[in-house]
Amino acid sequence: MLAFSPDLVDRPDDLRRAAAERAQAMPMPTAEQEVWRYSRIGDLQLDRFHPVAPTTTVHGANGYLADRHDLDTSTVHDVFDELSAAFYGETVLSIPRGVHVPGSIVVTHTIGGHDEAVFPRLVIDAGENSEVTVVERFMSSGQGASLVVPRLFVRTQQAARLTYVAINELSTTVWQLGHQQAIGERDSTTLLATVALGGEYARVRTDAKVVGQGASTRQVALYYADDNQMHDFRTLQDHIAPRTTSDLLFKGAVQDTARSVYTGLIRIGHDAKGSVAYQTNRNLTLSAGAWAESVPNLEIETNDVKCSHASTIGPIDEEQRFYLESRGIPPETAERLVVLGFFDEVLAQLPVGPLADELRQQVAAKLDRRTR
Amino acid sequence: MSTLEIRDLVAAVAGKTILNGINLTVSSGEVHAVMGPNGAGKSTLSAIVMGKPGYQVISGAVLLDGVDMLALPSWQRAQAGLHLVMQYPTEVPGVQLVDVMHHAFAARGMDTAGLDDRLGAEAARIGFDPALLERALNVDLSGGEKKRNETLQVAMLEPKIVILDELDSGLDIDALRDCALRIEALTNEHNIGVLAITHYNRLLEVLRPDYVHILVKGRIVSSGGAELADQLEIDGYAAFAGNDEPAGGALADLFG
Repeated sequence: MLAFSPDLVDRPDDLRRAAAERAQAMPMPTAEQEVWRYSRIGDLQLDRFHPVAPTTTVHGANGYLADRHDLDTSTVHDVFDELSAAFYGETVLSIPRGVHVPGSIVVTHTIGGHDEAVFPRLVIDAGENSEVTVVERFMSSGQGASLVVPRLFVRTQQAARLTYVAINELSTTVWQLGHQQAIGERDSTTLLATVALGGEYARVRTDAKVVGQGASTRQVALYYADDNQMHDFRTLQDHIAPRTTSDLLFKGAVQDTARSVYTGLIRIGHDAKGSVAYQTNRNLTLSAGAWAESVPNLEIETNDVKCSHASTIGPIDEEQRFYLESRGIPPETAERLVVLGFFDEVLAQLPVGPLADELRQQVAAKLDRRTR
Repeated sequence: MSTLEIRDLVAAVAGKTILNGINLTVSSGEVHAVMGPNGAGKSTLSAIVMGKPGYQVISGAVLLDGVDMLALPSWQRAQAGLHLVMQYPTEVPGVQLVDVMHHAFAARGMDTAGLDDRLGAEAARIGFDPALLERALNVDLSGGEKKRNETLQVAMLEPKIVILDELDSGLDIDALRDCALRIEALTNEHNIGVLAITHYNRLLEVLRPDYVHILVKGRIVSSGGAELADQLEIDGYAAFAGNDEPAGGALADLFG
């Protein structure tokens, strides 16, 4: 861990320095640990990277950028949380009570390709009865190796409505180890969306906690790995308060020798009576050498709840393809329609405007590169 | 003038022979009804003619204007002029009918200019809500809407021969009437030939057949005019079950 020496902390900040020191003493996670099961964590050579400040631009946030916040960022799950606490570069968006922010705030991180490790932290605090849409984009400026360790902290205060979309368009030489933590207070509505197309190994863990009664969260994701990419998602729908709602739809595809894993948990705590939780994960395997895994879980500590989960993994549906072919549409076109349609269910929900067409084209371009 | 010729067709599903030598000839402008009880092989016949995966041809031929359809993939059969109206139209999430029609036209080298207007006009004619043209194909549609959608596609694509696989299942009497009348109009306006596969004769009360064939146990056991359907209504399928039917066969069928 020499590469992440406390001496590299570039600001005179005791908290950062202490975090860097703790990180030095922590072990690297291994795939033997349940939380890293199926991951490629064993392939990570952390020491090849050196920490640099993230290159971040923000558009559409006039007046909403803040210097400080009071969200709890202290929970440590692993060494990457400590490294983030030591080396993070922070963007704080604070939406005042009652304010409806028009359009979207777009936060863009551009990752170089020279063995950099970057630790962008985005904090979004949506005040009572406010409304905001934030798009966070992860892009690459080069084709070399780098590591990005994003942290997201979201608080949707009472009756606020927050939409967050993460878009991973990283080069296929970049590792991503992301963690998103969202808290929904009373009667709030939170949508957390992810589009993952890039990265060599891109992992995002999302903890969506509904702590106030009547709060609801919705999580959607589109992920599509080709060549030798791997996408790894871990989601927690954590119901603390009564009459809370969560819904999740994750749709992914793998082709060539790519891999993906989805692991999801719905947890209904003993005070969360009258809660409703759904979880759906659907995966397309588009090449013989591709691999996808789906691991849904339920943990329910009270009664009077409504929960369901569903997951599927398989090739393009033969009936759907036949239906289109029976209309005179050639197989390649039929498959393209089915795959784009499969993802459209997610894309149609994203408030990303013209970006949706761009993403649709990227999906189509991936499909065109497929080996069967 | 086009002709679909099914000759001595023997076919199986999962190793079990379902069709035991079917002979049928359908020409432009004609309406043929193939009627049969459950398990007679009605859906297998439509699936085999269109090339649905999972069905095996053992012997025989299916020719459209002399061209061997069995040698072609489904999409080329469709382009050659065959069309299947499905009993249970497949839901295709995220794919709109308007896109499917554009691709179907383009793949045939047909001009797509004015397609949207025509689609709107055909939708109005068949009573299909135009808003549904831009919704996911068959997803969350009622039985009637699905069959109106299927019929609309026949009108758009103007095949030479259309196979109706139980057009009358899963829809109300008004929708059935609208669909049947539209198909009948297409036989007159565009000289489309129809092979209507059905269990009951309620479809045939609107779409009057020129020929009726009774299919039992994978064979056509009787052929005649429209009066055959009326006779069937009175006598039931048991009267056509054939000489090899053992006594008590009808009961055995319950558990077959």
